[in-house]
Amino acid sequence: MTFTVPTPLEAEIDELITHYPQKRSASLMLLHALQEHFGWISKEAMEWTAAKLGLQPINVYELVTFYPMFRQEPLGKTHIKVCRTLSCALAGSADVRKHFCDKLGLDAHAHVPQTTPDGKFTVEFVECLASCGTAPVVLVNETLHEKVGTAQAAEIIAQGR
Amino acid sequence: MPQEFRLILKNVDQAGYTSDMECYLRHGGYEALKKVLALAPKDLPDGKKMSPQEQVREDVKASGLRGRGGAGFSCGLKWSLVDRRSGKPIYLICNADESEPGTFKDRQIMHKDPHQLIEGMILSCWANDVKLAYLYIRGEMPEGARILNRALKEARAKGFLGKNILGSGYDLEIHVHRGAGAYICGEETGLIESLEGKRPYPRIKPPYFPAVLGLYQCPTIVNNVETLCHVKHIVNMGSAEYAKLGTPNNTGTRIVSLSGDVKRPGYFEIEVGKVTLGELINHDNFGQGLRDGRKLKAVIPGGSSAKVLKAGEVFKLNRKGADGQMAKVDVPLLDLPYDFDSLQQAGTMSGSSAVIVMDDSRDIVDCLANVSEFYAHESCGQCTPCREGSLWMSKALHRMTHGEGRKADADYLVKIASNIQGRTICAFGEACAWPVLSFVSKFRDEFEAKGAADEARTKVAGQSPEIKAAASTHR
Ligand SMILES: Cc1cc2nc3c(=O)[nH]c(=O)nc-3n(C[C@H](O)[C@H](O)[C@H](O)COP(=O)(O)O)c2cc1C
Ligand code: SF4
Ligand code: FES
Repeated sequence: MTFTVPTPLEAEIDELITHYPQKRSASLMLLHALQEHFGWISKEAMEWTAAKLGLQPINVYELVTFYPMFRQEPLGKTHIKVCRTLSCALAGSADVRKHFCDKLGLDAHAHVPQTTPDGKFTVEFVECLASCGTAPVVLVNETLHEKVGTAQAAEIIAQGR
Repeated sequence: MPQEFRLILKNVDQAGYTSDMECYLRHGGYEALKKVLALAPKDLPDGKKMSPQEQVREDVKASGLRGRGGAGFSCGLKWSLVDRRSGKPIYLICNADESEPGTFKDRQIMHKDPHQLIEGMILSCWANDVKLAYLYIRGEMPEGARILNRALKEARAKGFLGKNILGSGYDLEIHVHRGAGAYICGEETGLIESLEGKRPYPRIKPPYFPAVLGLYQCPTIVNNVETLCHVKHIVNMGSAEYAKLGTPNNTGTRIVSLSGDVKRPGYFEIEVGKVTLGELINHDNFGQGLRDGRKLKAVIPGGSSAKVLKAGEVFKLNRKGADGQMAKVDVPLLDLPYDFDSLQQAGTMSGSSAVIVMDDSRDIVDCLANVSEFYAHESCGQCTPCREGSLWMSKALHRMTHGEGRKADADYLVKIASNIQGRTICAFGEACAWPVLSFVSKFRDEFEAKGAADEARTKVAGQSPEIKAAASTHR
């Protein structure tokens, strides 16, 4: 399969590159744009990014492997990120994550992101989401859910089904 | 009565207040920008002239404003260290990475009053002859990035940003740059590397002080979101009026993020030093106390990197007595004024002004294990003591929270932490060591009791299969 970037997306990317005096600076923004469109960052996407910015593929690969938000495999359509850090933990975030895992048939003990076989959901623990005053919080795709209890969790699951 | 004092958050959460330009303008928005653009050079006694930009820089220095991002460094002094003779462009970066656990104040500003931040940035850029600036926002705030991009677009349309701002001849562009989930991007030199499109490996200082060798090896100013907002108010009020807020050497207001075991967690803006830690936790205007039947056990006063304070502790603080002489005075934990200097004298820091409260139902070993897991995950891995040490501490604590503690673990943890601090490229080394050092030294009995109980149980049971299983699933 050849990797093609649709014209509007490429136009958006070309505009992003103009924000920086050095092209390489645009790497993270390009990867975000590609991940938003394709859902993950493939090897081809990395090579494409490198070529676009005049870099070696390793320069892009080392970013994708370092920054936790970049994914090297497709994840669930509904991506549930439960905050693991102290204030949320005090408010019961471990139970929230376990609840999601149990309801979705995922392993609540695994440390890596868990995806349902139908590709609908991914559940993972992430670090402090900067909303500790409304703990426990869960970021579902791009929407922050605050003070999440079992009722709200059920709603999130129902919406993703 | 201790009260909030809303300067930065004045309009935030008010009925009808929105994030768009028109609303901001109706509330006096961009008046500070117009004010500085109209400033004339000032005649000095020696016949020389002080440029309007220099006047604003002097004002910021005179205001006493200290950085709200973590270190509490004087903003005016930071600006005065910028190398203006190199002939290279000067960059400004707004640090909107907000990732210190417990902190959620910059989020409020960016989501609810983005133009205040943008005006503060424009003023700061103008005062420092910056033509290109970046707003580095953490990746997990996509909504914030959208709001800021929209606000920047509005500012360009009104001529507050772009070429020839309001006809003054001054050009400035600001772009939003998104991080991607790494805490170390909050450290200013790591942030700069990240903005250059690299892994966020912090740079060693010296020589890489951002003021001299920052972004693209050019002089660079990195300031926190809240710090940049204060610049607007200093311009509006004048430094003398601004400095009346707060307390000497701890001027202005500060937004405290309060979370954990209190009835009413939230963000509260206070005059620095005018409210005590106890009032923040217990007063009706703030946290409203612990849940019914619960007592205070511990407080982290400045984000998870700050040393923990234990209920009942009493600190020796320097205070000016009635006779005008400085003397050491005993100040109990809850009476500590919430400011930079008092917390430092109490052996900790106000850091990112995030207060995390733990009540007596909490297992202190669990709490530290949680914090240490964060640091083990977030170490960038450049320095061996930090990369290995943060992981060893986290593993030992994981063991302790899974029934496999040892009495000697307390000493083991202290030994590792002591070997990290002071031996690393960036302050993350201290950030991961300080929680361990403070939790273990202040709650040593609990760590040892837990270890001893586990040892006794393991001895009776022999190497029980459950424990072996727990050990093998441990990553
Ligand atoms: C590990 C680490 C993480 C940091 N995270 C942040 C952060 O998320 N936001 C922030 O503004 N400053 C953070 N800082 C502090 C910055 O390095 C820098 O001091 C600050 O942005 C300067 O701005 P200020 O002078 O306005 O406070 C961090 C520092 C360290 C060592
Ligand atoms: S102290 Fe830790 S986070 Fe900082 S540079 Fe060294 S390894 Fe990286
Ligand atoms: S600890 Fe969960 S949002 Fe900060």
